[in-house]
Amino acid sequence: MTALDKKPVLEVTNLTVAIAGGGDRANAIEGVTLSVMPGEIVCVVGESGSGKSVTSQAVMALLPKGQLSIVSGSIKLEGDELTTKSQAQMRAVRGMRAAMVFQEPMTALNPVERCGDQIEEVLEIHTDLDAKGRRARVLDVMRSVHLPDPEQMIDAYPHQLSGGQRQRVMIAMALVLDPALLIADEPTTALDVTTQAQILKLVREMQVRRNTGVLFITHDFGVVSEIADRVVVMQKGRIVEQGTKAEILGAPREAYTRMLIGAVPSLVPPDRAPVAGAVTLETVKLNKTYGARTLFKPAGRVVKAASDVSFQIRRGETLGIVGESGSGKSTVARCIARLVDPTSGRIDLDGVDIARMSERKLRPFRKNVQIVFQDPYRSLNPRRNVGQSIIEGPMNFGLSLDEAMTRARDLMGLVGLSPDALDRFPHQFSGGQRQRIAIARALAMEPVLLIGDEPVSALDVSVQAQVLQLLDAVRKKFDLAVLFITHDLRVAAQICDRIAVMQRGVVVETGRTVDVFANPQHEYTRALFSAAPGQGFGNRIGAGEVQKVPAL
Amino acid sequence: MSAEPNVTVAAAPPVAALPTRRQQSSMARAFRNPGVILGGVVILIMIALGAAAPFLGTINPIEPHTSGRNRPPGGEVTVRDDDGKPMKIVYRLGSDNLGRDVYSRVLYGARISIFVGITVAVVSVFAGLIIGLFSGYIRWLDPIVMRLMDGLMAIPAILLAIALVSLFRAGIGAVILAITIPEIPRVVRLVRSVVLSVREEPYVEAAITTGTPMLKLLWRHILPNTVAPMIVQGTFICASAILVEAILSFLGIGIPPETPTWGNVMAAGKDVFYLFPHNIFYPAIMLAVTVLAVNMLGDGLRDTLDPKLAKRV
Repeated sequence: MTALDKKPVLEVTNLTVAIAGGGDRANAIEGVTLSVMPGEIVCVVGESGSGKSVTSQAVMALLPKGQLSIVSGSIKLEGDELTTKSQAQMRAVRGMRAAMVFQEPMTALNPVERCGDQIEEVLEIHTDLDAKGRRARVLDVMRSVHLPDPEQMIDAYPHQLSGGQRQRVMIAMALVLDPALLIADEPTTALDVTTQAQILKLVREMQVRRNTGVLFITHDFGVVSEIADRVVVMQKGRIVEQGTKAEILGAPREAYTRMLIGAVPSLVPPDRAPVAGAVTLETVKLNKTYGARTLFKPAGRVVKAASDVSFQIRRGETLGIVGESGSGKSTVARCIARLVDPTSGRIDLDGVDIARMSERKLRPFRKNVQIVFQDPYRSLNPRRNVGQSIIEGPMNFGLSLDEAMTRARDLMGLVGLSPDALDRFPHQFSGGQRQRIAIARALAMEPVLLIGDEPVSALDVSVQAQVLQLLDAVRKKFDLAVLFITHDLRVAAQICDRIAVMQRGVVVETGRTVDVFANPQHEYTRALFSAAPGQGFGNRIGAGEVQKVPAL
Repeated sequence: MSAEPNVTVAAAPPVAALPTRRQQSSMARAFRNPGVILGGVVILIMIALGAAAPFLGTINPIEPHTSGRNRPPGGEVTVRDDDGKPMKIVYRLGSDNLGRDVYSRVLYGARISIFVGITVAVVSVFAGLIIGLFSGYIRWLDPIVMRLMDGLMAIPAILLAIALVSLFRAGIGAVILAITIPEIPRVVRLVRSVVLSVREEPYVEAAITTGTPMLKLLWRHILPNTVAPMIVQGTFICASAILVEAILSFLGIGIPPETPTWGNVMAAGKDVFYLFPHNIFYPAIMLAVTVLAVNMLGDGLRDTLDPKLAKRV
């Protein structure tokens, strides 16, 4: 694949991009040097804030005006210097010779224009094909990205397509002019794992068939191991190291790379002893239906978000619910926390059915079930300091201010934060720290069941490992039952005693994590597992165990 | 995961080491916005003019002087005061068809107009806030309240005001009520939309699961999010209330005609507009400048306090 005699498609040399006014650092990226050969996939990998997206924006001259500017270095596309080009000249480069695919297929497409027209627009601007020729070309490219029934889909609006199909349209739009360079900025991050697998396969196929050079930005080492030819590791705006996939993944030289790779949880679950505690939570044929008739609204499309969900969690046990978006896993969690009212079924908490309790009767039971949410930036009230957020719950249940503050201080220490930080506000903390605070707030209620609704999905992999360790440690310390919702099979493999796989509101398979991973019974479980990127990567038992991760 | 039950995780990371840009309070930013400054200064001048009216060389704005009817600006007339002594009146801005001094009436009129504007803004925002908070938060209440509000909005505001004024005795209270009621549904809709989006925020859901009672939850976690849009909305209501009051007075269905309000002054001048345009011209200038100032203040506040709304409107 790599042909040494060929000229690189993209050559970035010593590129430095400055932040106007300076944030926490003067330069967004500093001295970045990398190249992409024709027909090569170069993965740029790093945590949030590492400058990987800025690098791609600089190449496309898409840096936000007045905020980021190139101060030195050169960017050569097929030997042609880009940094000195005007915006008008860059317009000819974009689309024709270099194209980009973005993360969010929902917002990257214009919602009020037909998909075909959006692809055609590229041709209209950059070529002198007539209408008929353009349409033929659009159909052609849509077929090549394996969109089903292109004759129909060319006239469809983006909302009529699934997320994966939209990303295919984006890729079609990027590739319709056969650019030499394709930049993909986290193109599969917003997609489900099975869709992600298809898109990765498509990118691979396009790059082989058209000999396109691909600069692929990602934070996911699974994806890297799936498609990369070469890997560039970035941290805080600098390149830590680069090399072939085998070099970086197999024998990383730098400690940071080793730490990143070491923090990726393994897909092979450790053998955990079955938990024999008393049953804390039992759901029996739990149903939640949306769209039923109400007083002022006729019955619309009825969606069964959860149907006949039954499972048990014992004291000290972690049950994982895994599934793709829309599978109903969050709905189940929210029913159990009584944030939404279940349509039917039972939720037995220590033997008491709370499914149909009125709000007033429910109040004493509220403290027993606590939830840690996905988004650390929205799960704390920005106007209240950390102490106020933590003591709110205990004081609702009659603790005095002093008692509550003592408890809050203890818990801050427990989750690894300084008790002095109680009078600070959420914006003064990083995502991982906020998630620790959210855990402290939940523990302050002394719950019997802790629900984690994708609690580590928004975190960088190294921070993720620490938070997972914390969750596991508090489970042990307080003998908690934990319901862990995740779409990430690697995380599920490492933290869950048992897992339940959900698809379209139905639990298709339940079992001990080891058994389900080793021998999935249901067809959907098998499809889900085989779609997980980087199957062979990091699959030693105990990989990703957190004690290897230095504190950040 | 082999952490021991004794949990002290990963050598307590340094807390709050994040370099945060010094956050400037949005209020401080608002007071540097040119629209806020200019609008605010003009409104303060108007309030000062109204408050200091007795000391600015005005005469009784209600008393008619039959000998000095329809004088142009600068016109003079000599009348006898209560003791029968002769007294010279200079009509700086002319007089109306009953010989009342337009200058005095315009200055005193500022009191009523601004009072009506501010009262309507405060009352409608307060009422709308309470209704909107509960309507947005309590699901079963929402459709009922919103259909009521839809009903109110379907009636033209001026028509409703006419109906209300004719129900009560004409007076400032009736006028304020008449202008306030049609404004409430607009506030309710705005508050409700804020509540509907904020109630989905994880921190609100976290407060629900920690057993926070509803009133406390609304007060602590939801109400603060409505303050900025409410301040902004309040200024726009104030501007429109000043206008509607003038319209009602002009139509002769608002505050009794002898009371000096800008609308009443204009109404008194409308029959002789071609001969004596000053009767309408000066109060109209005051009205326009005041409303413009309030709107500028509102725009400035919106841009600084509620940038999201600035994009929406």
